[in-house]
Amino acid sequence: MMTIKEYVKVSSLEQAYELNQKRTNRIIGGMLWMKMGKEKIHTAIDLSELGLDTIEETKDEFIIGCMVTLRQLECHGGLSDWSGGFIRESVKDIVGVQFRNLATIGGSLFGRFGFSDVLTAFLVLDTEVELYKGGRVSLEEFAEWKPDRDILVRVIVKKSKGERIYLSHRNTKTDLPVLTIAVSSGENGIKIAAGARPQRAIIVTVGKICGREMTGSLEEIEKYAKELASGIPVGSNMRASAAYRSHLAEVLIRRGLLALNERKSSLERGCQDAD
Amino acid sequence: MKRLKTVGQPVIKKDAMALVTGQPVYTDDIAPKDCLVVKVLRSSHANAIVKSVLKEHAIKVPGIEAVYTWEDVPKERFTMAGQTYPEPSPYDRYILDRHVRYVGDPVAIVAGVDENCVDKALALLKTEYEVLPALLDFRKAKDNELLVHPEEDWKALCTVGADNKRNLCASGREEDGQVEAELSDCDVVVEGSYHVKAAQQAMMETFCTFCCIDTYGRLNVVSSTQIVFHVRRILSNALGIPKSKIRVTKPRIGGGFGAKQSVVSEVFPAFVTWMTKKPSKMIFTRAESQTASSPRHEMEVSVKVGADHDGTIRVIDVYTLSNTGAYGEHGPTTVGLSGHKSIPLYGFLKAYRFAYDVVYTNVMSAGAYRGYGATQGIFAVELAVNELAEKLSIDPVSLRLKNMVRQGQAMPAYYGEINTSCALDRCIKRAKEMIGWDEKYPCKDIGNGKVRSVGVAMAMQGSGISGVDVGSATIKLNEDGIYTLSIAAADMGTGCDTILAQMAAECMDCSLDNIIVSGADTDTSPYDSGSYASSTTYVTGGAVEKACGKLMEQIQERACQILSCDREDLEFDGHKAGNIKNGKTVTLEEIGTSSMCGNTVALQATESHSSPVSPPPFMTGMAEIELDKETGHVEIIDYVAVVDCGTVINPNLARVQTEGGIVQGIGMTLYENIQYTKDGTLLNNSLMQYKIPTRLDMGKIHVEFESSYEPSGPFGAKSIGEIVINTPAPAIAHAIANATGIWFKELPITSEKIAMGIVKQ
Amino acid sequence: MQISITLNGKKLTEDIPPELLLIDWVRRHGCYSVKRGCETSNCGLCTVFMDDRPVLSCSVLAARADGTRIETLEGLQEEAEEFGTFIASQGAEQCGFCNPGMIMNTIALFRENPWPTEEEIKEYLAGNLCRCSGYEGQLRGVLAFLEKRRGGGGL
Repeated sequence: MMTIKEYVKVSSLEQAYELNQKRTNRIIGGMLWMKMGKEKIHTAIDLSELGLDTIEETKDEFIIGCMVTLRQLECHGGLSDWSGGFIRESVKDIVGVQFRNLATIGGSLFGRFGFSDVLTAFLVLDTEVELYKGGRVSLEEFAEWKPDRDILVRVIVKKSKGERIYLSHRNTKTDLPVLTIAVSSGENGIKIAAGARPQRAIIVTVGKICGREMTGSLEEIEKYAKELASGIPVGSNMRASAAYRSHLAEVLIRRGLLALNERKSSLERGCQDAD
Repeated sequence: MKRLKTVGQPVIKKDAMALVTGQPVYTDDIAPKDCLVVKVLRSSHANAIVKSVLKEHAIKVPGIEAVYTWEDVPKERFTMAGQTYPEPSPYDRYILDRHVRYVGDPVAIVAGVDENCVDKALALLKTEYEVLPALLDFRKAKDNELLVHPEEDWKALCTVGADNKRNLCASGREEDGQVEAELSDCDVVVEGSYHVKAAQQAMMETFCTFCCIDTYGRLNVVSSTQIVFHVRRILSNALGIPKSKIRVTKPRIGGGFGAKQSVVSEVFPAFVTWMTKKPSKMIFTRAESQTASSPRHEMEVSVKVGADHDGTIRVIDVYTLSNTGAYGEHGPTTVGLSGHKSIPLYGFLKAYRFAYDVVYTNVMSAGAYRGYGATQGIFAVELAVNELAEKLSIDPVSLRLKNMVRQGQAMPAYYGEINTSCALDRCIKRAKEMIGWDEKYPCKDIGNGKVRSVGVAMAMQGSGISGVDVGSATIKLNEDGIYTLSIAAADMGTGCDTILAQMAAECMDCSLDNIIVSGADTDTSPYDSGSYASSTTYVTGGAVEKACGKLMEQIQERACQILSCDREDLEFDGHKAGNIKNGKTVTLEEIGTSSMCGNTVALQATESHSSPVSPPPFMTGMAEIELDKETGHVEIIDYVAVVDCGTVINPNLARVQTEGGIVQGIGMTLYENIQYTKDGTLLNNSLMQYKIPTRLDMGKIHVEFESSYEPSGPFGAKSIGEIVINTPAPAIAHAIANATGIWFKELPITSEKIAMGIVKQ
Repeated sequence: MQISITLNGKKLTEDIPPELLLIDWVRRHGCYSVKRGCETSNCGLCTVFMDDRPVLSCSVLAARADGTRIETLEGLQEEAEEFGTFIASQGAEQCGFCNPGMIMNTIALFRENPWPTEEEIKEYLAGNLCRCSGYEGQLRGVLAFLEKRRGGGGL
């Protein structure tokens, strides 16, 4: 197990940031993944006194503190209403309630874990992360960076219009996913993210195909899903082979697009706006 | 027959309220607080010679009490298998061996005052290995030039066809009738090889033991074990000290399923405490429990089943290749069940053959897991019979009804025993009704790429090991008319303390509350082989019946003394004894009290029981699944199980045993996977990487009982503990075949295998 | 470092090493109902309430629990007995090792959602593994308890 020499519940982000510049210090999120490692941590930095455990809903955005737990996301009425159950769908299979009461959105996104449902889901939303020094940056961009010594303070989700579908395949219901696919439609068209490839989630398409699959026939969607899936880099691990993941990507993308199609009227609206 | 009052009732387990309120009743809860913490350094190589272990730095860590390596332990080989002496399992271990034979094999023992210092010391041990090539493929093990046990002091106590110079832990062959001739004469022969991996019991409490030295200078061992008496012998062998110097007890056990029918954690703290004379404990991590323990034997079972067009199954030929891993615990015995408990399901065979090899390899050694080889054999034979039904275009239920073993038949492949009690035909008919077989078989397309289908399998097991297992019970009357029942069977959650007390209450005609149960202490309990091989209800139950009968006699004898009457003039109803001549009476309480004053009749009886036969329980399992043909996902919709365990002693506990066994079987069938790296490191080393079913993964289970009456069993009972894990694999694999047209013959049948199998089609 | 935790209603202040896990801290304080079943946050055996929320005590540092209220089954004996009787009445406690965590989480469920459906029960308890019972008996116990609370049935 990891070891910790000092533990500091910081009183400001500045203090946290300064401490975090030392290589052997670590910010503790939900600690669920970190705990399994053998890291020798000098100072564990705890942000839990900074009031970052709330979800604030404004007219245009959700502002989610980094210490908000996955369970809070799952149970938040506003998020649920706005996302049509998408957020809940993306986290509800993660181990169990007690686990989700600890795991934080900050930890999940900052870790950019390969298996992350959360990263996959938030990638297809209009999401930005607020970094203490780096300021606001889109999640898509952030997801590509290597973890650095900055602090992820908040996650901001724009309340853009559209529909969202979250699909994952798991070997058992609460296992880490074999593959995750999130699909959204909105003002910028269709956005699809694939995660648990098993590498970290990526956006596999955005925007330009708008219009095509909205009215798309089954054949078109099938063709498109196949095309997209074949372009998603996948690998093998204990849970599945690369070939199976490619196969699943095609199936889940198609199902995601078909499910979006079923909610056609709102989709078409979103698309016309974009045109 | 007398109407039963307590037997057959769904009474609450005697320890239930302590368990549901979280009382400290398990090994680690009651270990002395000043225990030394014991851990072991484990080999990172699958096959290597330890050239040296540099201890100096480790021993200097503050708080470290001792560091032991191969040089410090006795050089007498022993087995860790909990079996009756002489054990069929070979004597192939030291506590620490210079030759390490799998990734995880112990290299050094470290004991210290707390976990921190022990972890530090472990990290400071410098080990130099001479790494040898490893034998990882069990199909290549027999007669391979690489030997897992080249040593000269390896020995087999029993004639089991073992030969360490051929990597053979056991081998054998039996044949009845003309197998080849029958096979060539059959209209249809189905042939296949069925592969079951080394699934883990994954009981919630890991292996754990604490030890201390008692007032008499003896080694006291408290362990989460199913086999206190065997542990005493094994530790005596391992430590080279007399059995009289060892006492073994067990507290509550957090699950066993056979895992704790081997010594796993015990030897290390026992050695530390014996050497240091200080209390010590070893609590396995989950990772250790997953990678250095006693899982199921991996087996590849090759089957040929031959039949005529009319559906008469004439011949079954089974060859089992079993992988015992680095050591031979339970190797020679588990393999037997793969044939002896699969072939006899079919009662009209003209011939059968059963042959096997059990091989050593450089992977974790196997042990005993619920089903004990029967699970592997039944998966193979039952799935082959399902494929046969398809080939013959006969409904698989009808095929079984035509061929299944019947009550009264002799079972040549089951040691020639007579099938004295069997309701298997009723089981399958009832299961068929419950699941709606005729409407659902074989499958129904429900759109969106999804198919619903059903599958079926039968199973049998034994009830104890015939002529070997011994159960004993001591029952005594106390002064307030309450009885104490002493046993050494191990309640590991199964409820045997309660079940045996129910039998005693029935025999003594008293309420269950009037039976105190005292369990599993090698110093004070009467001898019991232990709780395994589905023996406790049947074998120890038999001893309880006998002991109660004897005590009843003694009570009446004492009553005669008190009432000054002859035995034939005494009437006793369990509560009160009366002299029918003069109407004088004495209560049970008074008899109990009187036994403590001027008494010469011991109001205590001990009886042992062993059975020359092992009457099989039978069952039918049927699965209904929904299979997603695109993702390969299998959703269990319903699982129907109808069990003949003879008289059901406690319907609640029997039902929960069944449900629990089925869910373990579902896990083994669909996703409990065992994956090794090419260097022989087991990857499924946690509950994150070894997925057991959650409550969202198992569908709805429906259990019913169709009881036969077993004349040799207590109150007509047979066993239930193991049989219940045997049907899910063949029944679900059958349902998958019915949905996809593909006969998957290797477990687990993952969604990947299914989806990619369909793509290939 | 010094922490102050209210454990089952009793405020305790003491020095601890910063890496001490909450599970080890509560067991040190005699709360043996809290069990360790894995090292990977998968089994649910170590469930405790931290400020009323069920969490895995194996995955929380005692240091982080500073200033919180922690409850274990030792502090909920009445509820444990009342509900646990329904598990026992099914024989579903079996080995009992997973029971404290499962019962804690069921109590949490009832507090959050007094009348859960079968699906909601299964989903809420999904993080509580059990290897003995096959879960059906636990479900029957929960449903029987709810039935009793509705004023129907009983034991």
